[in-house]
Amino acid sequence: MSSRAFVFIIPIIVIAIFWAMAKFEYRNNNDPTRKGYFERNGKVLGIAFIALVAFWTLFLVGLPYLYMVVESFHPQLPPIKRGGPDDILTIAQYQSFLLSKHTDSINWLHISSLGFTIFVSIVVTALNFCICYPLAYYMAQTGATQKVRLLMLCLIVPYWVNEILRAFSLRLLLASKGLINQILMWVGFTDVPIDFLGNNTGLYVGLSYAYLLVMMFPLYNAIESLDKNQIEAARDLGAPWWRIHKDVVIPYAKPGIASGCTMVFMLSAGSLAAPQFLGGPRMLWFTAIIYDFFFQNFNWARGAAYSFILLAVCIALVMLLLRLFKVSLGETIR
Amino acid sequence: MSAGVELDQITVRFGEFTAVDNATLDIKGGEFFSFLGPSGCGKTTILRTVSGFLEPSDGTVRIGGQDMRGIGPNKRPTALIFQNLALFPLMSVSENITYGLRVRGMGKAERRKKADELLELIALPGQGDKLVSELSGGQKQRVAIARALAVQPQVLLLDEPLSALDLKLRQHMRNELRAIQQLVGITFIYITHDQGEALTMSDRIAVMSDGVIQQVADGKSVYDDPKTAFVASFVGENNAFAGTVTRADGDYAVVETAFGPLRGRNSHGLRPGGRAILFIRPESARLAAGAPDATFSSKVKNVAFEGNMSHVFLEGIGKKDVTVTVSRQDGAAIPGQDEVAAISYDPNLGLVLPEGKMARE
Repeated sequence: MSSRAFVFIIPIIVIAIFWAMAKFEYRNNNDPTRKGYFERNGKVLGIAFIALVAFWTLFLVGLPYLYMVVESFHPQLPPIKRGGPDDILTIAQYQSFLLSKHTDSINWLHISSLGFTIFVSIVVTALNFCICYPLAYYMAQTGATQKVRLLMLCLIVPYWVNEILRAFSLRLLLASKGLINQILMWVGFTDVPIDFLGNNTGLYVGLSYAYLLVMMFPLYNAIESLDKNQIEAARDLGAPWWRIHKDVVIPYAKPGIASGCTMVFMLSAGSLAAPQFLGGPRMLWFTAIIYDFFFQNFNWARGAAYSFILLAVCIALVMLLLRLFKVSLGETIR
Repeated sequence: MSAGVELDQITVRFGEFTAVDNATLDIKGGEFFSFLGPSGCGKTTILRTVSGFLEPSDGTVRIGGQDMRGIGPNKRPTALIFQNLALFPLMSVSENITYGLRVRGMGKAERRKKADELLELIALPGQGDKLVSELSGGQKQRVAIARALAVQPQVLLLDEPLSALDLKLRQHMRNELRAIQQLVGITFIYITHDQGEALTMSDRIAVMSDGVIQQVADGKSVYDDPKTAFVASFVGENNAFAGTVTRADGDYAVVETAFGPLRGRNSHGLRPGGRAILFIRPESARLAAGAPDATFSSKVKNVAFEGNMSHVFLEGIGKKDVTVTVSRQDGAAIPGQDEVAAISYDPNLGLVLPEGKMARE
């Protein structure tokens, strides 16, 4: 049996184990008044529900990922050789991230690309937090209802425009002969146009803008439920404004902050469009490498391996930060 | 140390709405002063103005003789206890109590000591490490008081802090609050819509309605000698008889009411022809005939027996009944339902006040 066929067996085994566990639990806590699943829903609907959910989780969520995991442990082969004697399990794809295949030297190009991607994503996350926290606080606590509604509208409407169009319009604004440079030169701030795209300013701006709302809403929700009296109590006890935020608002909103930061970081590290349209010519975004493996080199195995490396690094970093700030994973998805 | 609070012609407007209208008041240092009034009368607005969360549209707030204009709530010598207490849920009891000291930069060891002292004062010794959520309602109350006292304010402001407690605990906390005030000796400004709280605890009471201070006096004077129809109808039970003054002689006036001419004390010096309301407290009325211009009769609707006393409800004007409270010691016979009974009162205890807004029932 090939390793790829094995992929299809794992979910069946897992489902069987869960089914057995459910049966076991049912037998142990037998409640005679409890109606069975099929009694409640009827046979036809009951089967339909199970079939639909099973199909969705299995074929649209579980199997594709599992397939990619297995794929990442295979060599790149032309279709004819797949399943043949050369189709062995190997960690060569993962190795190739660290060591260049032919020269056996350290693969600085890809490692630094990953590092750069993670670094930019962290900066974008921090930037978004700095932009969104005051806004969210204003909207949730101090703003008048009318103004908050208007502000909310201003925040949401740009997202009706699709991502590519948004990225391109930013590019137009930031280009050498774009509006911003023209204004700067007209004001006399600079004589030669600033290369916003080349120095990666565009990348930061584009990514921050793309995921602004993803940070905004968890923050807003978290701060909104904070009792105003808590803020006033701290103020009344003599706390200056920054202490109120440090001691009262931020600890209270921590789950929301963690949730927003996690999402912005993950989405930013995995984004494709904004870095491609707004990044400088000298920078290499990690997902662009993955994209090229899949669609330019048809090396799915290596693309899959790189994807999982990115995923693992991101998850590890997020867990580390959650740990550091003493937030449990459960709190972030409240 | 305690400081007095002076309100000098304070007016607070929110857009078109005037929440407090020209309030002038002098609260002495060390006094237990209450603002009493129905919800929406402006008493909380006054409290927020004193604490610094609101700047008055007009007028001056002085604390300890010092003008408070432009001084934020974090810089004023006041501490506020919120209606919902607003304890910090993520901090322990001692962290809550010493938050104000931490903000002032007091060291950890010293804070610890201070927390223990205050926990002792509020009878919660050794409970400093608990979370606020582990405390009962009354204990939370006391932690809120300790947190406010920790910063050694000269004036403590209390915004209906007892309203969330059940009746028994509320009555207990009244005594406790009063005891704490006597112990620390600072000025307490207390906001409440509960006249029982105001009457039992306060040195003086300001009764408010629609943003206007109606009367400032000690509890006994507010009850016995209300200055306006609102105060008479809001503080304690009262029977009101509206009519026109027909005669005014010396200290008394006769009001032509739906029950005929009735006499009462004319403390406002009303002249004949003026619209007036005669107030007679249920406990001042007797179910017997008396002087002709202090007696009227009505039909008994029902009687409520309350042990040491009975409330007799008689047909009044409109929907409002006339209530007579008969104390058991009087030994007076209580008429049965639908009997017509004579009601009389001592004209000294009937009070004639100019017509004005009444408290809603």
